[in-house]
Amino acid sequence: MLQEQELKTFVEGTTNYFEVAAQQAASIGSPYLVTKGTPGVHDYTGVINISGKREGVVYFTAPRAMLTVLLMKMQETDFSHETMKDLVGEVANTISGNARRDFGRDFVISVPNVVSGDKVEVPADMRPFVIPINWRSHSAKLVVALK
Amino acid sequence: MNACKLLIVDDSNIMRRRIERSQQIDALTVVGTAANGLEALELFKQTNPDVVTMDITMPQMDGIECIEQLVALKPQIRILVISALADKATAVEAMEKGANGFLNKPFTDRQLNEAIAELLRRSA
Repeated sequence: MLQEQELKTFVEGTTNYFEVAAQQAASIGSPYLVTKGTPGVHDYTGVINISGKREGVVYFTAPRAMLTVLLMKMQETDFSHETMKDLVGEVANTISGNARRDFGRDFVISVPNVVSGDKVEVPADMRPFVIPINWRSHSAKLVVALK
Repeated sequence: MNACKLLIVDDSNIMRRRIERSQQIDALTVVGTAANGLEALELFKQTNPDVVTMDITMPQMDGIECIEQLVALKPQIRILVISALADKATAVEAMEKGANGFLNKPFTDRQLNEAIAELLRRSA
């Protein structure tokens, strides 16, 4: 189960990502625990599997409209399906990798696995925390499920 | 300063394009981009770069292994690691393998250019 301080690491990582990469702060909502079922996903989801000292999954899921604006802010001109997948993977990878500042190198992160539209399975013995992300007029979420 | 050849290594297309677009060091010319360590080694043999920006978490061959092999092939190569991995141990390991600088993702254009400029300054 995720401790409060650990959750804070992911909240700060998400805040930092938008401030630096998108050059526009996101508003982070209050994280909440999902006690039943799996959190829903948006159009694109970047999934990072966690192994080592902790096990679980971290994923960033966002609608296409939000990713399009994010790409524009990054001066990208390619808005293809492949680029959307690349972006959600990179966001998930960056936030998870940054978490090693607090978790240490035994927090082993996989390369991103990207899904579009499909549900992401969270192991039944893990309770996922959802960190709501509001950026411009769009909503996304970071889901963290660790044991 | 003589022109230096830059090779960009990152498994993200967006990140490769971002680095190529954002780096504004006059003395650098991008000679190739690679999506993993194996591709980087191939391109290294074809282009003989002077400077490499290197991601760590990549499929097939990660950045740490690639750094080790590049340094064995060309000890004077200058490598800037650009990675999301923010723990000190990873940075130390990369430097021990032969990297010359470390920049955490996410980064601003200014941070990127300062990191590359510092790399070139130190090895001039």
